[in-house]
Amino acid sequence: MEPKIPTRMGDGSLVELTRSEIKADLEAGTQLAAKKAKVPELTQDELDHLLDIYASPARFTAVDIGDEVILSNDGTGTKHIGNRVQDLQSYEALLGVDMVELWQIDYSYKAIKTNVAHEGQTMKIAQTLLTNPVQYGAMPDLGRYSKPDGPIPNWSELLPLGKIDEARDAQVEACEMLVEDIDYVADAMVAAGTDGIDFDTTGAAGDADFLAGLTACRKLRQKYPWLGIEIGMAAEFVLGMHGQLEFDGERLAGMWPKDQLRMAQAAGASIYGPAVNINTGKSTAWNIARAITFIKPAMEIAEIPVHVNVGMGVGAVPTCVYPPADATSRASKAFVEILKIDGY
Amino acid sequence: MGTGDPLGMEGAHTQASGMGGMRAAGDLVARMQMTRRMRLKEAKEYVAGKLGCTPRDLSDPIAMEQIRLEKGLGTLAFTSSVRPDEAGMMEAKFNIARVLDIPINCVERFKERAGL
Repeated sequence: MEPKIPTRMGDGSLVELTRSEIKADLEAGTQLAAKKAKVPELTQDELDHLLDIYASPARFTAVDIGDEVILSNDGTGTKHIGNRVQDLQSYEALLGVDMVELWQIDYSYKAIKTNVAHEGQTMKIAQTLLTNPVQYGAMPDLGRYSKPDGPIPNWSELLPLGKIDEARDAQVEACEMLVEDIDYVADAMVAAGTDGIDFDTTGAAGDADFLAGLTACRKLRQKYPWLGIEIGMAAEFVLGMHGQLEFDGERLAGMWPKDQLRMAQAAGASIYGPAVNINTGKSTAWNIARAITFIKPAMEIAEIPVHVNVGMGVGAVPTCVYPPADATSRASKAFVEILKIDGY
Repeated sequence: MGTGDPLGMEGAHTQASGMGGMRAAGDLVARMQMTRRMRLKEAKEYVAGKLGCTPRDLSDPIAMEQIRLEKGLGTLAFTSSVRPDEAGMMEAKFNIARVLDIPINCVERFKERAGL
């Protein structure tokens, strides 16, 4: 009888699978992703490598010495140990992250605009107390501009009523407001000394959200050639909530990581972060094969650093508040060794 | 990017495949990715060239402690290892900007506002 190996499901629960079952999950994951995104499946060598990583009972795994990558760290800190700057200091000193990010709990550029002077003052203090690069981050969060949270008619209510043109107009109007707000906050953070700006979970509200991120990025790049600008995505696929929006003449709806990366590069981003959400009902082996299949075509054309999202619920790291180190370290090793990522 | 979890998952990532930040030279390589949009291999080679070491040394806390002290790039202060007479934080960032030949925003602001 084939021995069982302890491994994780996408929700973090510990299960036991045979090597054959893990192999089957890897194959199913890559096949599904290839079919969905119309990209090649992983090669046999890549699947064998993943099988070696995932069909192991080891509590922890790691890359070879010399193969380490950069850890940018959106949402640095716990928010409940000391103050926010102390949070950044502890992550710099004790965890050894390579970049830290100042952020507020209402993680949205629209919300930050109202207290940007205080956020800027905290950035200024952080810059005096840390040596690591300190960036400022938040979500573009386009939905905040629609009623009842914002002034724009709610496209999610207009669409079911068949008011397609009105829904599209609303998204375009919200997009323009969002670009202005990101620009406003970024200017204040640059004046306070930030090393970079992070657009976290870009595209969460669909193609208009992605367009706002790209447009704001290009605007900032023209003003600040040295500024670190990260565009991290919300998901593997850009939803067509508008459906017709374009950037540099290319339709954004339906873009997978390779095309998302091309747009981020064209907009002037420093770092692009693909995100592949996890399926909690499948094993982490299934999820890693699926995630790597989606992202691999982007890695093949990347001209800027690619930092894959490998946090809770993305990049084959389980969706649970205490992601187990066995699952996290396996995802870490897999992305570095198969995709040769620049960071995460 | 995207570690996003406020409950310490970064610990697993940094141990599995991280450069170690200021414990080694991850912060310096990160600066090249941010300011010059360099991919990892190019960024490591650039920093190693400026520091006169190998790319592998950049993730080695033992090798980098000495290099950081020699070049005034800052080290971490903790318990039995404090160096109040060496460059730290802002002072280190002045040196990092010079050694890596990159602009660091807070350094430029400091010079501008202090009239240097």
